[in-house]
Amino acid sequence: MTVQSNSRETMLSVENVAMQFGGLVALSDLNFSVREGEILSLIGPNGAGKTTAFNLMTGFLTPTRGTVKYRGTALKGLKSHEIADLGLIRTFQRTSVFPRDTVFDNVLIGLHRQGKVSLLDAMLGLPRARASERAQRERAAELVRWIGLEARANDLAGSLSYGEQRLVGVALALAAQPKMLLLDEPVSGMNASETHTFVQLIRNIRDRGVTILLVEHDMPMVMGVSDRIVVLNYGRIIAEGTPDVIRNDPAVIEAYLGQGARQVSKKVAAHA
Amino acid sequence: MNRIVTLLCLLIFASVPLWLQDPYLLNALITTGIFIIAAMSLNLLLGFTGQLSLGHVAFFGIGAYVSALTALGFDVPIVGDFHVVHVPWPPVIGFVLAILISGFCGYLVGRLSFSVRGAYFVIVTISFAEVVRLVALNWVELTQGPLALTNIPSITIGLPGLGYLVLKTKLQNYYLVLAVAALSYFLIARLVHSHYGRAMRGLMENETLAVAVGIDVTRTLTLAAIISAGIAGAAGSLYAHYIRIIDPDVFAFITTVTMVIMVVSGGKGSLAGPVVGGVIFGLLPVFLRPIMPPEAQWITYGGVLIAILFVLPRGIVPTLAPLLGLARKRGATSAKAIDVAEEGA
Repeated sequence: MTVQSNSRETMLSVENVAMQFGGLVALSDLNFSVREGEILSLIGPNGAGKTTAFNLMTGFLTPTRGTVKYRGTALKGLKSHEIADLGLIRTFQRTSVFPRDTVFDNVLIGLHRQGKVSLLDAMLGLPRARASERAQRERAAELVRWIGLEARANDLAGSLSYGEQRLVGVALALAAQPKMLLLDEPVSGMNASETHTFVQLIRNIRDRGVTILLVEHDMPMVMGVSDRIVVLNYGRIIAEGTPDVIRNDPAVIEAYLGQGARQVSKKVAAHA
Repeated sequence: MNRIVTLLCLLIFASVPLWLQDPYLLNALITTGIFIIAAMSLNLLLGFTGQLSLGHVAFFGIGAYVSALTALGFDVPIVGDFHVVHVPWPPVIGFVLAILISGFCGYLVGRLSFSVRGAYFVIVTISFAEVVRLVALNWVELTQGPLALTNIPSITIGLPGLGYLVLKTKLQNYYLVLAVAALSYFLIARLVHSHYGRAMRGLMENETLAVAVGIDVTRTLTLAAIISAGIAGAAGSLYAHYIRIIDPDVFAFITTVTMVIMVVSGGKGSLAGPVVGGVIFGLLPVFLRPIMPPEAQWITYGGVLIAILFVLPRGIVPTLAPLLGLARKRGATSAKAIDVAEEGA
């Protein structure tokens, strides 16, 4: 567990952010930041505003008020592909792959940002384009191996199991060379052993120097993997801190875990 | 393996005039070849980006008119006594200008419609083709309107000092069309197997995800539209210099429909699809003509189309290629496979 260390650079900061859809206040006055190299989780019950916050941080939505800054650059007004060019890459909950392409080609598409050669080079198949293509294929093969899907490399991504598709989604997000990765409920629908593998994967990704922001439902998973946790309820932050702090925070237990909190706490303790 | 088959097909096409002397059939092959080039360009948009251009004939027609007018010259009054005069240039320059100007029109149409896409792109392209047709019909000083541009010179190739060759005969034109078709095929193949092509496929399959990994939608689609329109313009130019007379009917909607039929029956999103579909639907009328009256020809034409799409809904090539062991090995991971994949491209 990383202790809070203010010396680390702030990767992403959410400053006084509010979001309204018509009359509905989805988020009100959100303030928190993600530091370089940490795994931060955003949790909260259904309807707490997690997905809205996630979409704000990835530039899919523009906040009604406040700013989201990535390494000091405001994301407001940037197009999604420009945000990706900054090194801020997200994964998706449902549609995480290119279904009609093979796993390998999925990763190759993810490598798009790396392999930019001029149009002329590409169309004429000049040596520069060939070298770049070869390098990309090697890199893709390496990533497919790293994620553990070598055996499925030539299968269509759409034919893979749910858990495997999630892995492909992560692999192609990694192909885009993120400095920060935002994962939207990556383990929802996974069984216990798949979840366990995925937790290990998230740690490995962090060890490669990628900062991670996780939006997740699965409490034991979140408690096990996070350095820090931000808890949302009704569009505002009700608690923030290390898993130990969150686990024992009365406001969280009451508001988020609600009734039967004791059982859940026990389950969490057992898992951790 | 794929490369061998491609080369073999090219050799077969190249050898056709050796055993086929009939000028009528050769003529049919040349026009079919020209429409195959146009269909290949349409396939780049429809098959690899999923955008249906129902006005694709506009780029073809613009190419034909630009090329013809460059070679013929014109004298057009603009305001009062102010005339724009163009003295005839060699047809080869017309060919190049046809590609550039058609490509530029592709850029305009793409820029206009790709921020909205889908049905809007279809509507914009149809409207664009209709507007261009009306201009060709009514700007009589420039285009002769329905009187047609006649006596368009044949394409001349050659280098200063080495002599020139006027491509007048069917045989010469056949090889010219074959060369342009092969070049277009090669360029499109390179493009779709490069990261540009992967960006297009990614956008077609899952746009939100593609954008999230850093693919620029407008740029990618506009690029596809420019190249597609440019190739269609090249086909139009070949058409103008081969037929040597063009009128506003080159913008007929039915021509776009024919291209779409060629692409869809052959298999959209497959490189060889438009070639196979084009050969079938380009030559079918030729073989039907001696044996049945025109109405029955069209009915048969439609019947064949329905039969193909009923039996092979994905098109001929994507369904049959795997059965023949010709499917491109995609996503091979070993070093050897990387070589194979590169060769296949």
